Amino acid sequence: MKKWLSILLVLILVVSLGLTGCGGTTESEDTSTGGDEGSEVTLDDDVIKIGVFEPITGANAAGGELEVEGIKLANELYPEVLGKKVELVIADNKSDVVESASAAARLVERDKVTAIIGSWGSSNSIAAGDIVRDAKIPAVAPSATNPLVTQGNDYYFRVCFIDPFQGTVMANYAFNSLGAKKAAIIQEVSNDYAVGLAKFFTDAFVELTGDPNSIVEVANYQTGDQDFSSQLLNISEKNPDVIFAPGNFTESAMVIQQARQLGITTPIIGGDTWETPEFIEIGKEHVEGAVLSTFFTSEVPITEESEKFLKAYREKYNREPAAVTALGYDAYILILDAIERAGSTDPVAIRDEIAKTEGFEGAAGIITLDENGDAIKSAVIKTVKNGEFVYLETIEPY
Amino acid sequence: MTFSLFMQYLTNAISLGSLYALIAIGYTMVYGILRLINFAHGEIFMMSLYFAFYGVTLFTLPWYIAFILSIILTSILGMMIERAAYKPLRESPRITIMVSAIGASFFVQNLAIVLFGGRPSTFPNIGAFTDVIKIGSVSLQKLTLIIPITTLILLSGLVTLINKTKTGMAMRAVSKDYETAKLMGVNVNKTITITFGIGSILAAIGGIMWGAKFPAIIPTTGVMPGLKCFIAAVVGGIGNVTGAVIGGFILGVGEVMLVAYLPSLTGYRDAFAFILLIIILLFKPTGIMGEKIAEKV
Repeated sequence: MKKWLSILLVLILVVSLGLTGCGGTTESEDTSTGGDEGSEVTLDDDVIKIGVFEPITGANAAGGELEVEGIKLANELYPEVLGKKVELVIADNKSDVVESASAAARLVERDKVTAIIGSWGSSNSIAAGDIVRDAKIPAVAPSATNPLVTQGNDYYFRVCFIDPFQGTVMANYAFNSLGAKKAAIIQEVSNDYAVGLAKFFTDAFVELTGDPNSIVEVANYQTGDQDFSSQLLNISEKNPDVIFAPGNFTESAMVIQQARQLGITTPIIGGDTWETPEFIEIGKEHVEGAVLSTFFTSEVPITEESEKFLKAYREKYNREPAAVTALGYDAYILILDAIERAGSTDPVAIRDEIAKTEGFEGAAGIITLDENGDAIKSAVIKTVKNGEFVYLETIEPY
Repeated sequence: MTFSLFMQYLTNAISLGSLYALIAIGYTMVYGILRLINFAHGEIFMMSLYFAFYGVTLFTLPWYIAFILSIILTSILGMMIERAAYKPLRESPRITIMVSAIGASFFVQNLAIVLFGGRPSTFPNIGAFTDVIKIGSVSLQKLTLIIPITTLILLSGLVTLINKTKTGMAMRAVSKDYETAKLMGVNVNKTITITFGIGSILAAIGGIMWGAKFPAIIPTTGVMPGLKCFIAAVVGGIGNVTGAVIGGFILGVGEVMLVAYLPSLTGYRDAFAFILLIIILLFKPTGIMGEKIAEKV
């Protein structure tokens, strides 16, 4: 009997490893989306391959899909550079850090891509960092905002702002617009992005209020959790003026839903990851009034490229684009521009050109990269109203 | 901690525990009869969510009809999995069947990814379940009351079925001694199919209430509840229906109270279940209600 049960225990460990290790999926091989279908086999020399690693399945799939939409749209509008056809090689990182590293490795080693775009989710991007650096292939993250994505990595860049800025923006919003003196945090503790953003929010909020005890409670939950009522009750006991809830859109929507069902009426604010259709579908009427910071709004186009992007997107999808879609688009055209400027497909030369980017006109604003490879950009604050994300204000970089 | 806050925690704990209990019963029934951990149980649970989801959204059925359909379809799925993955291996060593169970689990999960996609779907909102009511200063969803009551009704029904009916007698006979029961004219295959059907019905009922409570569904939704409910079944004494319910309650109450009283450990909430499993296996491997069974060779 004992032996029998020890076998069981081992099996449980194996199954739970499978849960964190591979997510139990075998789906989605690389899908090449080359443009015109059924075209003849082209020689490698005539094609420039750009790798895309994004979460197509798993908890972040909605975010990944929105980004891929933007990348594909950009590929359709700009299918060529240096007289060669650009081919996208899309790999699924399954919203998982281990899979992210192997998806990036596969793009580098098997598909021999010239540059990489990805990924939605800072944790996924960080996981691929060492691989792109060691292989000397430049990578551009559309919307990964954690500072660690580009820090100490000469080959990783991004076309969005970073979390110290985003955290400060939301702390300012809480303090100035909501008049909050006490804040509580509920964060997705297994997510680098959420933990980082919560920290920067805390720093900024403490500085604004001048009260080291102004964060009254920090509650944690894990990716994939579904019951948050205990954490929320702990928070409501402390009576905060505002709840900051950085995390994945699915979990965050359920956090807000459960808070409202428990009778907690405190305003709940969060970050850029919330801006997906699923956030509103899951949260329904409960997420009304939720406030988030993001990168871009279609209501206030910034550049000529924005107009072009919006027109093409509306024609193709017949709806308004999300901010991360615009950033996916920007990541692609930035790489293409760098290839053009470099005049070659040598990854190192392309990297050097990306690093020099200054005043580049993207769909989601002007991109100037600083010495870390981070874009300095304004943030947009949106709220949920009548089941849609509505523009509130634009915050310029400090 | 005020009394009303404690009551709020407790009601949450009980409703979560009841959900675990419902799903744990399915594990324990199958184990009781086949000495097999049906690892696909979590996936059966997940499929019931999708059946109900598509019934309401795609076929625009009224929710009660969609739910009944989902329960029927889920029980058919459970019996089909038994037919395909376990029946051909009836005479094989147990470890072979267990590997087949894990295979069935991954198969259904990946099938769901292919069929339904990786993006989360939203379980329909049913006012009769999700409306919030206030009792004193405690505010709860109607569901919080419906779940434990349903669990208790189903448990008592099941205990009656097992102890008072002919089918139940056959189940008990098969679980005591498979060979002898066969010799005595018990239709073993039919009994096993019925067991899987009942287990899957309970998983479907648990699944629908789970979906109403936690509305985001993805193809891996069944994994964590599946593992936890398996643990609940082991803790309660695997093979024992009442034990599974007790195990489910222990797990639900333990998880919620861990977060309530030790907020700094909230990140380890899932670990609680696994630590509990290790402790039980070390000190009382037969579980709380389990009887010591002589190993049959």
